[in-house]
Amino acid sequence: MYGNDSPGEDASGGLLGEVEAAEAALRAAAERDRGAADPGVDLAGHFAEIIAADQKIEPRDWMPEAYRRTLIRQIAQHAHSEIIGMQPEGNWISRAPSLKRKAILLAKVQDEAGHGLYLYAAAETLGVSRDELVELLLDGRQKYSSIFNYPTLTWADVGAIGWLVDGAAIVNQVPLCRCSYGPYARAMIRVCKEESFHQRQGYELLHTLAHGTPAQKAMAQDAVDRWWYPSLAMFGPPDGDSTHSARSMAWKIKRFSNDELRQRFVDMCVGQAEVLGLTIPDPDLRWNDERQAYDFTQPDYDELMRVISGDGPCNRQRMAHRRRAHTEGAWVREAAAAYAAKRKSKEKTAA
Amino acid sequence: MSAPFAFTLALGDDALIAAQRLAEWSTRAPEMEEDIALANIALDQLGAARLLLTYAGELEGAGRDEDALAFLRDDREFRNCLLVELPNGDFAVTMAKLLALSAYQLPLYTALAGCADERLAAIGGKARKESAYHLDHAALWVKRLGDGTEESHRRMQAGVDQVWPYVHELFAAQPEAPIDPATLRGDFDATVAAVLAEATLAVPQSGWAPAGGRDGVHTEHLSYLLAEMQVLHRAHPGARW
Amino acid sequence: MSERTERTGASDPSPLWEVFVRARRGLAHSHVGSLHAPDAEVALRHARDLYTRRQEGVSIWVVPASAITASSPDEKDAFFDPAADKVYRHPTFYEVPEGVAHL
Repeated sequence: MYGNDSPGEDASGGLLGEVEAAEAALRAAAERDRGAADPGVDLAGHFAEIIAADQKIEPRDWMPEAYRRTLIRQIAQHAHSEIIGMQPEGNWISRAPSLKRKAILLAKVQDEAGHGLYLYAAAETLGVSRDELVELLLDGRQKYSSIFNYPTLTWADVGAIGWLVDGAAIVNQVPLCRCSYGPYARAMIRVCKEESFHQRQGYELLHTLAHGTPAQKAMAQDAVDRWWYPSLAMFGPPDGDSTHSARSMAWKIKRFSNDELRQRFVDMCVGQAEVLGLTIPDPDLRWNDERQAYDFTQPDYDELMRVISGDGPCNRQRMAHRRRAHTEGAWVREAAAAYAAKRKSKEKTAA
Repeated sequence: MSAPFAFTLALGDDALIAAQRLAEWSTRAPEMEEDIALANIALDQLGAARLLLTYAGELEGAGRDEDALAFLRDDREFRNCLLVELPNGDFAVTMAKLLALSAYQLPLYTALAGCADERLAAIGGKARKESAYHLDHAALWVKRLGDGTEESHRRMQAGVDQVWPYVHELFAAQPEAPIDPATLRGDFDATVAAVLAEATLAVPQSGWAPAGGRDGVHTEHLSYLLAEMQVLHRAHPGARW
Repeated sequence: MSERTERTGASDPSPLWEVFVRARRGLAHSHVGSLHAPDAEVALRHARDLYTRRQEGVSIWVVPASAITASSPDEKDAFFDPAADKVYRHPTFYEVPEGVAHL
C-alpha cells in the first residue's frame, strides 16, 4: 500500500525500532529487578535508586507526591489530547473522497479514542479517577495539546496532520516508552506501535495529492503551509522557558529537552518533504554543516501561548463539542448504571 | 437492471448508508468506549459495502467501481432501504435502527452464505459474523435502555416506535432475487420480539409501512446525506485519492 | 493495570474492569489494561473493541478492579523472599548424570 520510494518508510521504521528497543529495555529492567534490594525504611532513597538503575516505578511503590502530581498532569493532558484530537480529523470522515480513505480515517480516529482510554487507565493507577480527569478537562482546568485548536479546512489537512502532527507526536512520545513510571511506559509502547500506522497513512495521503492534479497539489501545499509552524510549536516552549523540564528529566519522566526533540523532528521532515515534492514554508531552512543539523525558523511562541490560553481558532468549538457529547450521553450512562444495579439486586434476591 | 445486480446494489447501498450514519457518531458517543464500538460497527458495514458495490459493478459490466457507485450516483439511483438513511436521532433511535438492521442482515447474510453465487456466498459468510455482533451490541443496549431509568425507557420506546414502520420495506417479496427477503420475516420477528420483551418494551402496532427505497424513491434525508458524502469526490472529477 | 494506589469504584456507576487477553492458543491470559463499564457484559464487549482491534487475542477475561486483592510493596520481603532460597524448586538445581536423555 505504501510506496517504497518514501523516506518516511525508513524514518518511521527507525522510530518503530526505537519503540521496540524501549520494550526490550523494559523487559531487561524487569529481569534485573530479580535481585533488587528491598525497600527498607529509606523510601525516598529506594525511589531514587530505582530511578538511577533505570528500573520502573510501579503504582503501589512509594513515590514523591510531586512525582505523582507531575505524572497525573502529564498523562491526563496526553489522554485529553487524544480525545480532543479526534475532532479535527473526524471532521472529514463523512466527506472522505473514496471508500478506502473513509475506512482508513475512521479506523484512525477510532484508534485515537483507544489511545485516550489506554492513557486514562495509566493515569488511574496513580489514584485519580477518569471521571475526575474528564471533569478537569471539561471545566478547562486541564489542558490538551494546543495543535488541535487549529481547523481542518481541506481534505489535505488530514494528510498534513498525519505526517506533521502525528510525526511530531511520535518524536515526542517514543522517548516516553522509556519513562520511569511503568504503566505510562507500557501504555506508550502500545500507543506508539499504533501511531506509526497513522503517520504513514498521512504521508501516503499527502503523497497521492502532491502527485495528483494541480488542484490537489495546491491543496497539499496549502495544508503544509498552515500546519508546519503549529507542529513545531507542539514541542513546547524553548528549553530556557520550559517550567517543568529539569525536574521531569531528573525523574526520567522526560528524557530529551523540547529543543532537542524539535530539532530531531525538523531533520526528519526535510527529506520527507523533498520526496513529497512539497515545500516547507521556511525560507531560512538550510543544512548547517557545523551542527550537522538543519537551521530553521522557530515557531511563533506568542501565538502558542495565546492558543494555550484559549484564544486559538477552535478552542471554544472543541470544548463545546466535547461537553455536548458528555452531557447528551448522561442519560445513557445513567440508564446503564440503573440496569446494572437492578440486575445486582435481582441476583441478591435470587440468592 | 438485472435481478442479481439490483439485489447486490441494494445490499451494498444498505451497508454504505448505514456506515455513513453510524460514522456520524464518531467523537459524539455517550461514552468513550461506545465511540470505539460504534466505529467498529461502521467499519464492518463499510467493509461489506465495498465488497458488495465492487461486485455489483462487475455484475453490471459498465466499468463502474465501488467509488463510482458510491460517489457518482444521485439519490434517485440509490437502492438502499429507507431505514438506514433516517437521521441518527438520539442514542435510542440509533440502537433501534441497528437492532432492526442487524436482525434483518443476519438471516439475510446467513442465507446468502449458502447461495449458488460464489461471490455473494463468500461475502455473506464474512458479513454474517459481523452482523451477529451488531445484533448482540444493539440488543445489549436496547435491553439496558428499555429496562434502565424512566427516561431511558421512554426514549427507547419512542425510538422503536419511530423506526418500526420502516422495517416492513425490508421484507418486500423479491422472488427473482438470489434470496427472497420475504422468507426472512419470521426469523426477524422472533429475534426482535424476544429482545423487546426482555427490554420491557412493546412491539409497536402500526399500519403505516413507508417504502420506495428499492425503487429509488427516498426520504428527504438521503439527498443531504449524499451531498455531504460526495462533495469532495465530485469537486475533482477524475482525480485519484 | 491491576494494582491501584487506591480502590476507585465500588459504588461507581461505571466501575473499572481489568482486562486479560489470551493472545494465542497455548499462551496464558495476560493483563493488557483496563476500562470502564457498567456491568460485565458491556465490559467484555468493550474489551473486545478496545484491546483486540488488531487481532491481538483469542480469549478475553474481564475482572472488576475492586475484586482484586493485591500484595503490598511493604510486604514484599515477607511475601517473596522466602522463595529465594528454595532453589530446589527449579529444575536447574539438579545435576543430571551425563548421557541421560528425556529428563
